[in-house]
Amino acid sequence: MIASIFEKARKENRTMLMPYFPVGYPTLSRSKKVFLNLAKNGADLLEVGIPFSDPIADGPVIQKASTVALKAGLKVEQVFGALNDIKKKLPPTIIMTYYNLLYKNGLKNFARKAAKAGVKGVIVPDLTVEEAKDWLAASRDQVETIFLVAPTSSDARIKKISKASSSFLYCVSLTGVTGARNKLPKSTYVFLKRVRSLTKKPIAVGFGISKREQVNELRPLSDGIIVGSSLIKAYTKAKTETDSLKNIEKFIKRLGV
Amino acid sequence: MSLPDKRGHFGIFGGIFAPETLMEAIGELNKAYAKTKKDKGFQKELKELFKSYVGRPTPLFEATYLSRHYGSKILLKREDLAHTGAHKINNCIGQGLLARKMGKKRIIAETGAGQHGVATATAAAFFGMECHVFMGSEDIKRQAPNVQRMRLLGAEVIPVESGSKTLKDAMNEAMRDWVTNVRTTYYMIGSVAGPHPYPMMVRDFQAVIGKETKVQLKKMGLKANNIIACVGGGSNAIGIFYEFIDDKVNLIGVEAAGKGLSSGLHSAPLATGQPGVLHGSLSYLLQNKDGQVKEAHSIAAGLDYPGVGPEHSYLKDKGRVKYGTVTDTEAIRAFKLLSEKEGILPALESAHALAYLEKIEHKKNKVSVINLSGRGDKDLHILGEK
Ligand SMILES: Cc1ncc(COP(=O)(O)O)c(C=O)c1O
Repeated sequence: MIASIFEKARKENRTMLMPYFPVGYPTLSRSKKVFLNLAKNGADLLEVGIPFSDPIADGPVIQKASTVALKAGLKVEQVFGALNDIKKKLPPTIIMTYYNLLYKNGLKNFARKAAKAGVKGVIVPDLTVEEAKDWLAASRDQVETIFLVAPTSSDARIKKISKASSSFLYCVSLTGVTGARNKLPKSTYVFLKRVRSLTKKPIAVGFGISKREQVNELRPLSDGIIVGSSLIKAYTKAKTETDSLKNIEKFIKRLGV
Repeated sequence: MSLPDKRGHFGIFGGIFAPETLMEAIGELNKAYAKTKKDKGFQKELKELFKSYVGRPTPLFEATYLSRHYGSKILLKREDLAHTGAHKINNCIGQGLLARKMGKKRIIAETGAGQHGVATATAAAFFGMECHVFMGSEDIKRQAPNVQRMRLLGAEVIPVESGSKTLKDAMNEAMRDWVTNVRTTYYMIGSVAGPHPYPMMVRDFQAVIGKETKVQLKKMGLKANNIIACVGGGSNAIGIFYEFIDDKVNLIGVEAAGKGLSSGLHSAPLATGQPGVLHGSLSYLLQNKDGQVKEAHSIAAGLDYPGVGPEHSYLKDKGRVKYGTVTDTEAIRAFKLLSEKEGILPALESAHALAYLEKIEHKKNKVSVINLSGRGDKDLHILGEK
């Protein structure tokens, strides 16, 4: 399912836009509107973050957004409920969250409920291929699992992870946490070329991306571009919800994926 | 079979749950650590530093007042007399040596009570490394003397403002730093928590406590009936238990019950939590039904942590170690008793182990060993208010 979207984009010689936004930020209903808005504004795939209390791979922007959502009492059930309400209007949706939420909700239960809510895949930044056996067994036939590779991953590891990863590979652009960077290091580009040479699967790149110039440089190297923190920032800058949604539109246009 | 297995599992617990960015570094650490076990030079240097720098062996001291008071023999393993005033230095000297072997020049650490921060800053100064310690801003307030000590030792103390502003959040922030600076940085975790190999490695460095205790008991012609230690992450506890795991002796770990288990304000994941994943490994965890981690509470900053080392979870389920709890109030009472009657100011963490003496059966010929994990100077202003 996810693979076919990448294939289509490849045929059209197009890099996909894959925005990330956390459910429940700033409120559950407002985040639903953000997802619908992203769908209208050209998201090829949607990355839906489920906030976790201890997001060790995330920088300050996503941390703060997570805290807001959790302070309001956000529950995983509500996330699935919200996605279920709007699933017909959304592009294929991938959940991004930390392993404990899967584990504590019961791996099978989480996978089943996610699939029912229209979710196609999950990305779990603290679940390594080595520890993924139980989850992969529990989620088979329900949702796909996409693994991450990092600039520090050896060639051998990238090959191993590529084998385990469904549909595509998520390339972490730099050594660090999420959050907009003014410039991506040169190593990002070297890394993406290295991943390309090691896998036939499509690749998407995320972490740190916030600007059109970055997108222009990444486009030839990647099948998909993921933006999160900078999108949240753009949304948060406005005072009213209408303006916030307008900011998202503007941001995506300016990015020009 | 000796645990953990190759991937760091103690039964269902432990493992490596970490961002991919760290995986090569964790693999490297695993290899480097495995090498030191066979490296005679490394072991010899460690032994020498334990003796001349840390001041080991620490005494096993018979507390005569407490013995009379309880009507049995009470022995204190005096980790409070180790250099920097707590058991934490054992681990830091061990990991410091390892970091030097690995050619690392930048050390990061998390700290709660500040004891691990001080021990890390000390080791970094000793080995000539740059040191950054993450500490919750709440802990910075309640453990001010240790903050000053770390700074005097040349470390940078970085306040952490997220979440509960205590140990858990300091560890989150340290892991984020590690992810960012992984190529140059050694992360010196202060307890038997974190991804494999930390729970095993920290246990091995702390196991010196139990090894010495065993020799000292033998010299005194005694056999222990009970060995009692407080459990934050669990490093001083596993440190004294490990040598005795296969012996016939009651091993008792004491978690912080804070304002009482029913109040919800406590740090007792083994007593009340469920298995979950935090900071790199699977273990008992304070969490809500959804898997969101709850904030812990204890008057002892070093116990104020919602998780616990995976080996303790394994030992609990196996029934080998009994885990009990002690409230803030009970710990303060034990602190006062030891201070006034034995002339020893214990750390509030260690006072939890002492307070458990109230909850076990005593007989004249019974021997109980308390791991006195640290000294109480850092807690003076907290106690001053009580
Ligand atoms: C004196 C003392 N005892 C105990 C602890 C708890 O840690 P652990 O359970 O790893 O021994 C601390 C932690 O800071 C401490 O300072």
